[in-house]
Amino acid sequence: MAAARDRRRGVAGSIDWFVVLLYLLLLAAGWVSVCGASYDPDLGINFLDLSTRSGMQLVWIGTSLAIAFVILCVNENVYDAFAYIFYLAFMLLLLVTPFVAHDIKGSYSWINIGRFSIQPAEFAKFPTALCLAKYISRYDFSMQRWRDFLLTCLIIALPIGLILLQKETGCALVYFAFFVVLYREGLPGSILLAGICAIVYFVVGIRFGDVPLLGLEECSSGRFCVLLLILVVTLCMTKVYARRHAFPLWRVLGAGLIVIAASLAVALWVVSYDVNLLLLLLSAVAVVYLLVRAIGERAMRYVYIALFTVASVGFHLSCDKVMDSVLEQHQRTRIYVLLGMEDDPRGVGYNVIQAKIAIGSGGLKGKGFLNGTQTKLRYVPEQDTDFIFCTVGEEEGFTGCALVLAAFLLLILRVIVLAERQPDTMGRVYGYSVASVIFLHVLINVGMVLGLAPVIGIPLPFFSYGGSSLWGFTILLFIFLRMDAAHKRLRQ
Amino acid sequence: MENRKDYRLEKRKLVIGGAAVCVVLIFLVRLFALQLMSDDYKRNADSNALLQQVQYPARGAISDREGRLLVYNQPSYDIMVVMSEQKGVDTLGFCETMGIDKERYEQRMEEIKDRSRNPGYSSFTQQVFMSQLSTEEYSRLQEKMFLYRGFYVRKRTIRQYDCHSAAHILGDVGEVSPEDLEEDDYYRGGDYIGKLGVEKSYERELRGVKGVRILLRDAQGRLKGQYMNGALDRQPVPGKNLTLSIDIELQELGERLMRGKLGSIVAIEPSTGEVLCMVSSPSYDPNLLAGRERGKNHLALAADPMKPLLNRAIMGQYPPGSTFKPSQALTFLEEGIITPATSFPCSHGFHFRGLTVGCHGHASPLSLLPALGTSCNGYFCWGLYYMFGNRRKYPRVQDAMTRWKDYMVSMGFGYKLGVDLPGEKRGMIPNADFYDKAYRGSWNGLTVISIAIGQGEVNLTPLQIANLGATIANRGYYITPHVVKEVQGEPLDTAYTRRHYTMVSRRNYETVVEGMRRAVTGGTCRVADNPWYEVCGKTGTAQNRGHDHSAFMGFAPKDSPKIAVAVYVENGGWGATYGVPIGALIMEKYINGSLSEQSEEKARQIEEKTIYYGSGER
Repeated sequence: MAAARDRRRGVAGSIDWFVVLLYLLLLAAGWVSVCGASYDPDLGINFLDLSTRSGMQLVWIGTSLAIAFVILCVNENVYDAFAYIFYLAFMLLLLVTPFVAHDIKGSYSWINIGRFSIQPAEFAKFPTALCLAKYISRYDFSMQRWRDFLLTCLIIALPIGLILLQKETGCALVYFAFFVVLYREGLPGSILLAGICAIVYFVVGIRFGDVPLLGLEECSSGRFCVLLLILVVTLCMTKVYARRHAFPLWRVLGAGLIVIAASLAVALWVVSYDVNLLLLLLSAVAVVYLLVRAIGERAMRYVYIALFTVASVGFHLSCDKVMDSVLEQHQRTRIYVLLGMEDDPRGVGYNVIQAKIAIGSGGLKGKGFLNGTQTKLRYVPEQDTDFIFCTVGEEEGFTGCALVLAAFLLLILRVIVLAERQPDTMGRVYGYSVASVIFLHVLINVGMVLGLAPVIGIPLPFFSYGGSSLWGFTILLFIFLRMDAAHKRLRQ
Repeated sequence: MENRKDYRLEKRKLVIGGAAVCVVLIFLVRLFALQLMSDDYKRNADSNALLQQVQYPARGAISDREGRLLVYNQPSYDIMVVMSEQKGVDTLGFCETMGIDKERYEQRMEEIKDRSRNPGYSSFTQQVFMSQLSTEEYSRLQEKMFLYRGFYVRKRTIRQYDCHSAAHILGDVGEVSPEDLEEDDYYRGGDYIGKLGVEKSYERELRGVKGVRILLRDAQGRLKGQYMNGALDRQPVPGKNLTLSIDIELQELGERLMRGKLGSIVAIEPSTGEVLCMVSSPSYDPNLLAGRERGKNHLALAADPMKPLLNRAIMGQYPPGSTFKPSQALTFLEEGIITPATSFPCSHGFHFRGLTVGCHGHASPLSLLPALGTSCNGYFCWGLYYMFGNRRKYPRVQDAMTRWKDYMVSMGFGYKLGVDLPGEKRGMIPNADFYDKAYRGSWNGLTVISIAIGQGEVNLTPLQIANLGATIANRGYYITPHVVKEVQGEPLDTAYTRRHYTMVSRRNYETVVEGMRRAVTGGTCRVADNPWYEVCGKTGTAQNRGHDHSAFMGFAPKDSPKIAVAVYVENGGWGATYGVPIGALIMEKYINGSLSEQSEEKARQIEEKTIYYGSGER
């Protein structure tokens, strides 16, 4: 009887209304921001006019709600059954796209359908997530097994490769969000650590590469810091992984610092030489020590640490070469501007500076709806798409920004909670995919607008103007809500 | 479907959720820093999007005491350039339209970018490319201006003069200097400010208050209407008009009379302290320092060895010679050193212990009135000698000196009078300290005897000499001389209405007035005597290294004085040669309203006389 009543109540009774509420709130706030960003004082208030962006965004919102409703009505088993087919179909679409697409600002990712154009790359996230979820939920899947790991990587890498062919770097980057899912499903943390270390070494090495250490001409302070970090990471890892004999971390660290300080003093006051050579020597000593210990204790983990250290040093030493020979001039400039090494108010940095000015001028309460001068007068480029957060910052101030960020955080955390309560791996993996994709979008988009991340053109979910992005996120989110609703009924 | 829950891996949800929380926290800190910690971005945003269009007020007009308009405004147009916008402009076409050559264009661009010469330079704001185009020149450009991106027109006004005299009083306006910018933040680079004359001293009244229109401007620099519908706009407040106390006809006559001579004429209305004319010769046409040729003309005037830019009436410091004697007579009378009946001998001068101060021939001994009438040097030397030698009254010579100096200062000597013109000099009245230092303490009345006849260390400005005349005319007080009679809608500064009484009583002034009348009726100033009104006067022949300076100080009519005059002609010889006739003509013109035929003839003769100033003689 109870089951029958549940069925009558249908999805409405078991859907997670909290997420739906957050979704609607974000849509509403997003529409207000698009109104503010696309408002043209010359034309007056005409937000419902379909010739304006705010009017069109209303159409996208309406159709998104319709799509959401349809998804909620479809049986959840469809996604399980057709996951691979969806994936293959969309990969095919991505493959065709660059050949039929028109050139829009150098990218070939938009397909024209009648009056509208859609961006398949925005839609390909949900089939990728479904495929990944289906594959990982296979019986006997193990992240530790090389074949399984490589195949999951392939599932992620395929859309990345296809989207890179369309020259949509930003969109491709978002697919790295799926590695967060892999981490949850058992990817060793050391791989993520290695990734983070690589980013830190790269940034510190480039940023302070040309700054002489304490006035020593031949000694780069960037290199000094990186090598010091590598040594400290090596020692810490040794401490953590040492089993049979404990590793005297503090004593070694102290001794090392005394040696480094002494050599610095010598370089400063006695004879000038490159102190970094000494750090390289110390790294070599650490590697030798680890290898000796590996042989002594017959344990491979010391070899891995030694390898990590050697790879780190090698990575750092090759960074400069990569910067100079592999990257192109405009990519280099972007990195330099981002790291604050180049001031370029009219070039690449212009967007970031104008975005910061717009947000900074908002103050605590903002200038009020439609009163923003920076965004209205088109100082900020792409203000209703990638730089939409500027409008929030300028017109709604710190309060508005904090509320929007809080809504996103709540949404992400809620989706994680829902994912964790899924009874099957498929639902959990898919849920984490949703949370990770939204998280990475917010991270990169807001980070870019605030000048903390490089200028990478990706939309802010539910906010940025555009049908493809809005539909894409709606489908992604509501498939998960449908799965959750079904499982909730099952649990009851 | 199998549920493989790995509880070790489930903990990783905390890592992922924690990372999301951390990222949002970092964003919030960053937002806090951007939006709440600093005002820079807000200001930046305003300068980005808000175009503050300055509305220049009309500068106040200047007219003379009869209401004749002397200085007014005329529209002029500045061509402005915004460097960041002008790239890619058809330079040749622009040069052709502007009527300049390519070199001039490039030179001007370099000048604008040079921060040492143009400290307020920014490539995003309007910089003056070419200033003060006339309406005709502008109308030729107007139709083509739209072709040249980054070039704008700013409407301003420049000064226009309806007279060719009184340059020193009117002064001029020019672009603000870097020092002005630092001193007063009302000004922005390229603004105009009074540089000399009343334009400078009444700058605050004349300039008015700038207004501002705040316009919205998009990233391409296109205007998008008014900000907040003009709620924050301010209308400019026009400057106040000035009415000078100068009578421009009198001023013109004075400048005519001084043609070819160096020196000064100052006339004051004694009852009000209003300056009726203030001539400094050589002078220049005020039109020279208005308009685009200002810089060139200013350089030429500054380089002229005769120093036409110097306002000798208030900056020239001359020995007053015998025009100083009335002040001595007043001091000696008040101090009881002499009475009107006291007589001193004078045999072609003052002779005492081997010291001689020469004098011309006249009856001897003589009393005060004839002494003033004949301008006897001996009489005043004796007076000073007895004053400085009077040990009963003044225990030491220094005390006598201090007393004497106090009298002089009370008559407006030795310090700036406080006229409302910039650059006034204080003249020189020595004090006891001065002589103590000069003579190492060993000096007496004889040492300094020449100060009694306006020679030696005594120096006065022509304004101070005229003010002495006004004080005597008023029988004991003066009102600080001033050239502005009225500032539109404002009461006159009380500094120019208050009476300054000297230390001498009215009774003694009457005596000196009689003496000065005697000089006109039967003494050195006979030329000034006329049938219409009673003139009182005193000549001066001031010795100096070259040819003597010719001076005159007087007032008329004797009983209800309307005008006090001082004339000082450098190297003009006897006081009676230039000083007296020029002073007489000025008085006649002012009191009668015009010159008689005879006087007109005399004026023409004086006008044509030129004193040649060789370098050896000066």
